[in-house]
Amino acid sequence: MEIWQGLAKAVELIMNGDQALGTIVALSLKVSGIALLFSTMLGIPLGIMLGFSRFIGRRLVIALLYTGMGFPPVVVGLFVYMLISRSGPLGRLGSPLIPSLFTPEAMIIAQTIISFPLIAGFTMAAVMGVDPQLRQQVMALGATRWQGAWTVLAEARVGVLVSIVAGFGSVISEIGAVQMVGGNIENYTRVLTTAIVLETNKGRFSLAMALGVVLLALSFVANVVMLRLQGRTLDE
Amino acid sequence: MSEPIYQLRGLAKTYGDHCVVDVPELDIQKGEIFCVVGPSGAGKSTLLRLLNFLEPPTRGTIRFHGRDYGPLDQVPLEHRRKVTTVFQRSMLLNRTVWANVNYGLWLRGDRSSGALVDEALDQVGLKHVARQHARTLSGGELQRVALARAMVIKPDVLLLDEPTANLDPYNVGLIEDIVRKLNLDHGTTVVLVTHNVFQAKRLAHRVALLLECEIVEVAEVHKFFESSDNPRTGAFVRGEIVY
Repeated sequence: MEIWQGLAKAVELIMNGDQALGTIVALSLKVSGIALLFSTMLGIPLGIMLGFSRFIGRRLVIALLYTGMGFPPVVVGLFVYMLISRSGPLGRLGSPLIPSLFTPEAMIIAQTIISFPLIAGFTMAAVMGVDPQLRQQVMALGATRWQGAWTVLAEARVGVLVSIVAGFGSVISEIGAVQMVGGNIENYTRVLTTAIVLETNKGRFSLAMALGVVLLALSFVANVVMLRLQGRTLDE
Repeated sequence: MSEPIYQLRGLAKTYGDHCVVDVPELDIQKGEIFCVVGPSGAGKSTLLRLLNFLEPPTRGTIRFHGRDYGPLDQVPLEHRRKVTTVFQRSMLLNRTVWANVNYGLWLRGDRSSGALVDEALDQVGLKHVARQHARTLSGGELQRVALARAMVIKPDVLLLDEPTANLDPYNVGLIEDIVRKLNLDHGTTVVLVTHNVFQAKRLAHRVALLLECEIVEVAEVHKFFESSDNPRTGAFVRGEIVY
């Protein structure tokens, strides 16, 4: 099929609110959104701590974080797969708190592991980028430790927001981990990236293109938001 | 000006073997403008950080509001909040001028003090830029905003760390007038650190010369500049290189 024909069909599917397309998009946003929420809750405090504090082992933690920022998603998928599979160290516990393989919850865990080092790392860089004398100044104005930390975080807010957007970009577009731990089950664990691969393999290019357009649009929006936020620091 | 607001006793700050400040005894009187002059690296800024309780001394004590604070003592917030510093760089927040001046009040939970902020901005001649972003201001204006931010919290002690080092004579004059007025009208104790002896002469009631972490001489401003006891003070005042 010609690319333009595929695109036209994709636009038609999107405009008509195709149900299959809608289900996949909704699940993608749900999985990636929840993963982003968890990774933000973990990553921002860690980034702040690494940016503010000096403690023994900090360099090691930062080195691990940088390694995590470059983790191939498929390796994360393999790691989560081995952990939560029935024979894995967590899976064999049989705890209801440990999600099973091929569930959205397993995908959320994998995506959280992918995006949390990015959020922590970028947050740390943003906090460290604030002039150290500013912290001294706010303390000199009578800030408590918490008020001082909050003020520095507010000064680094653009960088922190960029870290969240970057985290979203990393999970919405990855395929290796969700394919491995989600299994691409229709109406259950099928998300944008895994659906694109499947539909392409089946030769249903129009749906694949439609999914691709939506994915591109989501990535585009994330990047526009990120550029807008970065632009603010340059322009103002 | 007879009651000391600070009493420094055996105060020293060292980093490893390196002595940064070593003051066996020094009183700073309530309501005076006390200038510390000396070359770069003499320990002036460290002395101010100690006076603002931003770092603890290595040994000795600072007596402030009836309590002695040594190396291991936690300075209560209410005492810390009686002192503030304006640094050489204005270090304003990425906010409007008004929000910057309001910051110290916000820290203290004072949410109904718009009039105080306006008044402080008026005193530094910058009420008309209150809604502007701080980044849009010139260097002199930034430093006046920093001064307004310090003034609005009505500190007992205002510490000034080379506040006019990078400014043109017009802005230097404005800032000196503001400091002088603050001291006269509100009785604010001012400790000014500078390597500009002329500024010390214009502003100070008493002047101390700090050389290589030690105070060489403390004297009333006229005595310091006209008949100092220490030959190194005389040499420093004359602009000679002193070690």
